[in-house]
Amino acid sequence: MNIHEFQAKQLFQNYGIPIPDGKQATTANSAGQIALELGGEGWVVKAQVHAGGRGKVGGVKLAKSFAEVIEHATAMLGKRLVTIQTDSAGLPINSLLIEKIYAIKRELYLSVLVDRGSERIIFIASAAGGMDIETVAHETPERIISVQVHPAAGLQAYQCRKVAYALGLKGQQHKSLQKIMQGMYDLFLAKDASQIEINPLIETYDGDLLALDAKINFDDNAVAIHPDILAMKDPAQEDDKENEAQRFGLNYITLDGNIGCMVNGAGLAMATMDLVKLKGGLPANFLDVGGGTNVEKVCEAFKLILSDTSVKAVLVNIFGGIVKCDVIASGILAAIEQVHVTVPVVVRLEGTNVEEGRALLSNTGLKIYAADDLAHAAEQVVKLAEAV
Amino acid sequence: MSILINKDTKVICQGFTGKQGTFHSEQALDYGTQLVGGVTPERGGESHLGLPVFNTVQDAVNSTQATASVIYVPPFYAADAILEAVDAGIKLIVCITEGIPILQMLRVKAAMAGTGALLIGPNCPGVITPGECKIGIMPGKIHLPGSIGIVSRSGTLTYESVHQTTQQGLGQSTCVGIGGDPIHGMNFVDVLSRFQADEQTKGIVMVGEIGGGEEEEAADYIKAHVTKPVVAYIAGQTAPPGKRMGHAGAIVTGGKGTAEGKIAALRAAGIEVVNSPTEIGVAMKGCL
Repeated sequence: MNIHEFQAKQLFQNYGIPIPDGKQATTANSAGQIALELGGEGWVVKAQVHAGGRGKVGGVKLAKSFAEVIEHATAMLGKRLVTIQTDSAGLPINSLLIEKIYAIKRELYLSVLVDRGSERIIFIASAAGGMDIETVAHETPERIISVQVHPAAGLQAYQCRKVAYALGLKGQQHKSLQKIMQGMYDLFLAKDASQIEINPLIETYDGDLLALDAKINFDDNAVAIHPDILAMKDPAQEDDKENEAQRFGLNYITLDGNIGCMVNGAGLAMATMDLVKLKGGLPANFLDVGGGTNVEKVCEAFKLILSDTSVKAVLVNIFGGIVKCDVIASGILAAIEQVHVTVPVVVRLEGTNVEEGRALLSNTGLKIYAADDLAHAAEQVVKLAEAV
Repeated sequence: MSILINKDTKVICQGFTGKQGTFHSEQALDYGTQLVGGVTPERGGESHLGLPVFNTVQDAVNSTQATASVIYVPPFYAADAILEAVDAGIKLIVCITEGIPILQMLRVKAAMAGTGALLIGPNCPGVITPGECKIGIMPGKIHLPGSIGIVSRSGTLTYESVHQTTQQGLGQSTCVGIGGDPIHGMNFVDVLSRFQADEQTKGIVMVGEIGGGEEEEAADYIKAHVTKPVVAYIAGQTAPPGKRMGHAGAIVTGGKGTAEGKIAALRAAGIEVVNSPTEIGVAMKGCL
């Protein structure tokens, strides 16, 4: 789960991580009012969307007067921002973060995440801040330092010193960095984060360190035990169909193609998409209906798939394990009738009672095609989608 | 021979009296698994499915000499259940539960270091030696005792591989679903090394997916240590980057963990990688 920058910075503040003076605004007038309250001679107006790359596409604007703050705020609010990390529709700008401007001496990078290879929480730091860290890692790996934290020992002072020296920090800055890293580590554990990223962490001419940007992702498996984090969820920043799918316990992801896919199991769902592509088609979605498939879930899955108007045909691929194929076939028929499916549906069933299942699906008078095997099913659905 | 489990393996079930535990325990008993009891705190002394219920895993082990345990408890209790099994001296722990927070698994793995216990999963279908012992949620009927070892990160793609190798008349020695979570127990290499050492296993099917680097490690390992034919399939070639594809561990981040990268690594190690999930069985037969 993602949250906005202003929410991440509130959490930073709670954990002793220094942030710029600033406040969230949802109207242009309040943006101007906040700038007035903050004081100073310059402000930054930052679009609050769940995507990086905002600066390059007008999502971060500098202002030298209150009038200019209001002007930028008016221009941004209610618009959609398309960045390198969003799709072509972009994300809605419903709120802004107004902050004081600081004179930047250096831009650093600092993040903490779970490294699945070492099975440890690791900190990654670089003196090459403000850039895409993956590019830095790729082009100048020697500019990246990482430290692994053992879960029993926790973050140690020497690890913070190691990072501080690598970043070229001096004197009091060592203490400041240790406080920031400890805050990040405590926040990470307390809220089940999966990544906390500060890019850039700036060094001011006064020698202070400040988190100029803040990005936090949380472990979806753990948000249920953190109601305060769950309350920060902003559905407007997510795909409507993906939100709807979550309500019914379905795993759904929107894609660009025209062939709807309904599959049981995440691995088989990915494999089915790949197979559609291999046969010359393009999948419209990833959809895992889960292990214990029932009529209700299949109905909701059909509704979701068909709410995407680009879908010209649907491929249902179910490996009936514990649930028998004839039961699944009846579920599919009921769902097709209830949801009034009009596009052709190719069904591939395999597993227990497969003959009975296929028999139920043939001669129904509906546009259902019961396929013998998966390869044929994929070929058939690609042809049907092309014919429409 | 087979790996990990056989007809003599004594198994207990944690979360025995729950809905999932009850259903899959019935299925395991039908299959002939030596399920010898189960654990549900505060229900010790009762009988369930004709088997004894214990309050703790230690009580169950003391009284049944079980060496394997299968876990069907809800996600927020599963880490505790795994560590209870480790503490009671269980040698093989199979955790089916999906949705365990990653930080809990991180602590579990650190706590398990040096204990010698093996963990399969979490978020997996389990492990089966066809005709002998079924521990998990896989449909028993599609299996056939035989010569192919199957290891997979995905449940339903394991079933696909089983189905196809059964259709080809090859059958399976043991099938291990290692699970779809980013931090989990046994990995590809742990299972591959056992298949290599197992006389019954003549060929190996390996099913990977996007995310992480275990397939690449497996490619290096196979090149150096595995002499038996290996057929691999990698799911997620059309998955968009940065999106979690159902499994918590199936995500491409920062250009790492792509299907293309994994396929290239496996092919560079001389392993046959099929483009379509429908070609696994035929390709395996062709290798033998």
